[in-house]
Amino acid sequence: MRYNVWQVLKQGLTGHKGWQPAFRNPEPKPAYDIVIVGGGGHGLATAWYLASVHGITNVAVLEKGWLGSGNIGRNTTIIRSNYLLPDNEPFYELSLKLWEGLEQDINYNAMVSQRGILNLAHSDAQVDAFARRGNAMHLAGAGGTLLDTAGVRKLCPFVNVDSARFPIKGGLWQARAGTVRHDAVAWGFARAADTRGIDVIQNCEVTGIRRHPNVSGSPVTGVDTSRGFIAAAKVAVCVAGNSGRVMAMAGRRLPIESHVLQAFVSEGLKPTIPGVVTYGAGHFYISQSDKGGLVYGGDIDGYNSYAQRGNLPLVEDVAEGGMSLMPMIGRAKLLRSWGGLMDMSMDGSPFIDKTDIPGLYFNGGWCYGGFKATPGSGFCYAHLLATDTPHEFATGYRLDRFRSGHPIDERGAGAQPNLH
Amino acid sequence: MKLPHPLLGLRPVSEFIYLGDASLIQRPAGQDPSQLGDDATIDAFHDYVYLRDNPAGVHRELWFHEQGDRSWLVVTRNTVTHEITGCELARDVATAHHHARERQ
Ligand SMILES: Cc1cc2nc3c(=O)[nH]c(=O)nc-3n(C[C@H](O)[C@H](O)[C@H](O)COP(=O)(O)OP(=O)(O)OC[C@H]3O[C@@H](n4cnc5c(N)ncnc54)[C@H](O)[C@@H]3O)c2cc1C
Repeated sequence: MRYNVWQVLKQGLTGHKGWQPAFRNPEPKPAYDIVIVGGGGHGLATAWYLASVHGITNVAVLEKGWLGSGNIGRNTTIIRSNYLLPDNEPFYELSLKLWEGLEQDINYNAMVSQRGILNLAHSDAQVDAFARRGNAMHLAGAGGTLLDTAGVRKLCPFVNVDSARFPIKGGLWQARAGTVRHDAVAWGFARAADTRGIDVIQNCEVTGIRRHPNVSGSPVTGVDTSRGFIAAAKVAVCVAGNSGRVMAMAGRRLPIESHVLQAFVSEGLKPTIPGVVTYGAGHFYISQSDKGGLVYGGDIDGYNSYAQRGNLPLVEDVAEGGMSLMPMIGRAKLLRSWGGLMDMSMDGSPFIDKTDIPGLYFNGGWCYGGFKATPGSGFCYAHLLATDTPHEFATGYRLDRFRSGHPIDERGAGAQPNLH
Repeated sequence: MKLPHPLLGLRPVSEFIYLGDASLIQRPAGQDPSQLGDDATIDAFHDYVYLRDNPAGVHRELWFHEQGDRSWLVVTRNTVTHEITGCELARDVATAHHHARERQ
């Protein structure tokens, strides 16, 4: 069923009795050409682009829980393409362009809202660094505007520009950035892939990766799951915070640590925050959801964790950041908080690559910033799976980049995952 | 979360800085200049600096008591439940490693 205004009118006039489930709930088949492990945003986007761009549809997406149970349903929904390094910026710009056409492409309202992002600067050196980053953005066609203090104040009259410790000297504004309804992205990609015949299988946990013992290189033959063995010529791992666990099934260690990141939402308020505001110096960022809740967060808790919940010191830290940037936030009540598992890589950048095991592919290391990458990551991973060559905008995202001396360290923090 | 410091008792986690897997104590040998460019030496350092076991479950890890006595600790903690089951001075752990290596 295609979604359009006539459907809404027709269903409205007939008591909404004709809506069908958005996607099937199929039983796993014994074998597929490609099995994607992990039905988060990236796995589902990969399935969709395999079908729509490469015509490959004998594919299953295996998800251990329900769709949206991972980070795709836990993030703070920010999309942007304001990176500096040449291995990153064109990739994120590709992703942002895909967001811009996504809803028409998959026939699903994901509430893509280009309301802009403002990164705040607190020193002359930081303003210079933002000018440099803005130039890199322009080279990739991403746009971007450097604001002075007055420009920031005009956009966000509520921020404390005269703070003694972190006075606001300006900001980098990307108008095309914004927010997207996060779980609708999972549902929309799942529905679109499903219409092309791809099996999206929930409650199916991968518990082992099988390899051929007698063929040279021992290629993968499929995966053991909680619902039995499923054969596949290609196994595409895409499990975000569980990357280490799943790749350990194939005996591989990764340049990744799993960490927990928390997020917070306040009671619903009238529109007050114009776009997304990030206050890096204060470890705080904020936007406002369409329902009116202030959606905000800060740093990762900072230690290895698979708990999907964080600790109180970080809650305090984020609240302090919010109070110092925009004291008015102190009047709003905090409604909910939660945590998600971050696949923090050694340079803060992701991987979309083949492994040394024939037929085994890996996508991960997205840290706290993989939501914006969802369509781009799916697009490039599908390209890799279909053609066995990296997509031109993802050539830097190799697993051996530390060994070969080509890390992609946006922050310049070194091999210390909790600092990226 | 509170860490049971062996000298100072239970201390709030916000006094500490986290480094990572306690295997970082065991830096590979390889300072012998004649071996510096060897693939085996580079591989050993690459694995040491960049690769992690990243287990879901019991994890031995390095914490630094920055807002306290500035000692390095090896904490044994479950990454799924955050339960802490051990805390030693990193100095003691490193010395034990050293003696074990000497005996080899
Ligand atoms: C609080 C928070 C805020 C964030 N804010 C932003 C933001 O504003 N902007 C941004 O760009 N990014 C943000 N992120 C990061 C972003 O959400 C992630 O990088 C991204 O969602 C990861 O990709 P994914 O959607 O595929 O992950 P997930 O949705 O986590 O998908 C992985 C899936 O794999 C499944 N899985 C794991 N193990 C197995 C197994 N053995 N078998 C089968 N399935 C398995 C999991 O159940 C999960 O559903 C945030 C993350 C968090 C937690």
